Amino acid sequence: MPSFGHPVPYRALGYHKDTQESRSMPTAGQTLRKVLAQSQKELLADWIQAQQSATTLRIDLMKDGELREQSREFLSLIQGASEAGSLEQIEGSHWAPAREFLARVSRSRAQHGFSPAQTATFVFSLKQPLFTRLRAEFGQDAQGLAEEVWLTTELFDRLGLLTTESYVKSREEIIQRQQREMMELSTPVVQLWDNILALPLIGTLDSERTQVVMESLLQKIVETGASIAIIDITGVPTVDTLVAQHLLKTVAAARLMGADCIISGIRPQIAQTIVHLGVNLSEVTTKASLADAFAVALKRTQAKLPQQFAT
Amino acid sequence: MEKIPILKMGRFLLVTVQVDMHDQLAMQLQDDLTSRIVASKARGVLIDISSLEVVDSFIGRMISNIAAMARVLDAETVVVGIQPAVAITLVELGLSLEGVRTALNVDRGMALLQERLADEQR
Repeated sequence: MPSFGHPVPYRALGYHKDTQESRSMPTAGQTLRKVLAQSQKELLADWIQAQQSATTLRIDLMKDGELREQSREFLSLIQGASEAGSLEQIEGSHWAPAREFLARVSRSRAQHGFSPAQTATFVFSLKQPLFTRLRAEFGQDAQGLAEEVWLTTELFDRLGLLTTESYVKSREEIIQRQQREMMELSTPVVQLWDNILALPLIGTLDSERTQVVMESLLQKIVETGASIAIIDITGVPTVDTLVAQHLLKTVAAARLMGADCIISGIRPQIAQTIVHLGVNLSEVTTKASLADAFAVALKRTQAKLPQQFAT
Repeated sequence: MEKIPILKMGRFLLVTVQVDMHDQLAMQLQDDLTSRIVASKARGVLIDISSLEVVDSFIGRMISNIAAMARVLDAETVVVGIQPAVAITLVELGLSLEGVRTALNVDRGMALLQERLADEQR
């Protein structure tokens, strides 16, 4: 594969080859390179027009100027990469700027709410203007045209797949981050009074969350030296045997740390479910509301006003 | 051979587990503690496992056995200083030390024992 340091001699050489030899001995990718280098402006115009008329364009999510800017940058990156080396392997280092650019574009589009198809169309829509140019270049040479089109298609398929891959990756990152945030948000342990902690649970209790809840509760017990923990399940939509088991585990673990647990916020339906399921909550103090539980806790700890409030 | 020290504090015995408890050591402690309770007529036993970072099912069962034995000998047992990770492990192993009193630290455990003693004397 010939490499050219400067576009001017390349262009001159390409022209030269085209007129004299390339008809008999075409090099793979030669014409594509030529098209990319010589008619960049027209390509860009056609491409942007194709993108604007496509049904997948999301004018509500992206400004026209941004689209133009991205198209221009991508085209010049492709051109740079194609001149620097092979068109078959986009894994090479000369494709790195183009790959990074695509990853960045996909990420930003994923964050703005584009669908994967809409994101990949950004790359695929460049095919048509390119093919038109290639057809004009080759004229009657069907063999050469087919080869060149195949090469181009393969290249752009790879680039398109790359955008989908980065799109999915950035989506996954978003999901993971949100999961982490939800996990942190959903398990606050608050200190209500000297020696009294409250743990308002919101959402379904699965094993993973129970683990987090348990850990943060126990950690807080160590930090504050609390002797009573109120677990409020007002925000837990359903209580099945598994959830009940998780609750009992948390209670048992807190007891091992020397803290008694009170379960509060049991709604009438949940009380019925618990009894129907045969869950044994007899060893745990249960209260209907957080206020009741707090009153019991205050009585048990013989609480007085905390130091800073006592006047 | 290393041994877990048993200290006498007034009418209570204080056991602090400072080393990694292996099975032999736990058996040894069981022997030592029961004979010390009888010899010293102790009314309460405080077992501090705050430096214990790993427990397995055997050690968990030994702790609850020791507590049960002490109770048979009329000495209230309080296990104190269970680390969060240890507590979770014990619960996951299904050993929630039923019937053993627990407290956050030695201070709280001692207060608990003294309360008990005061109740009895009243």
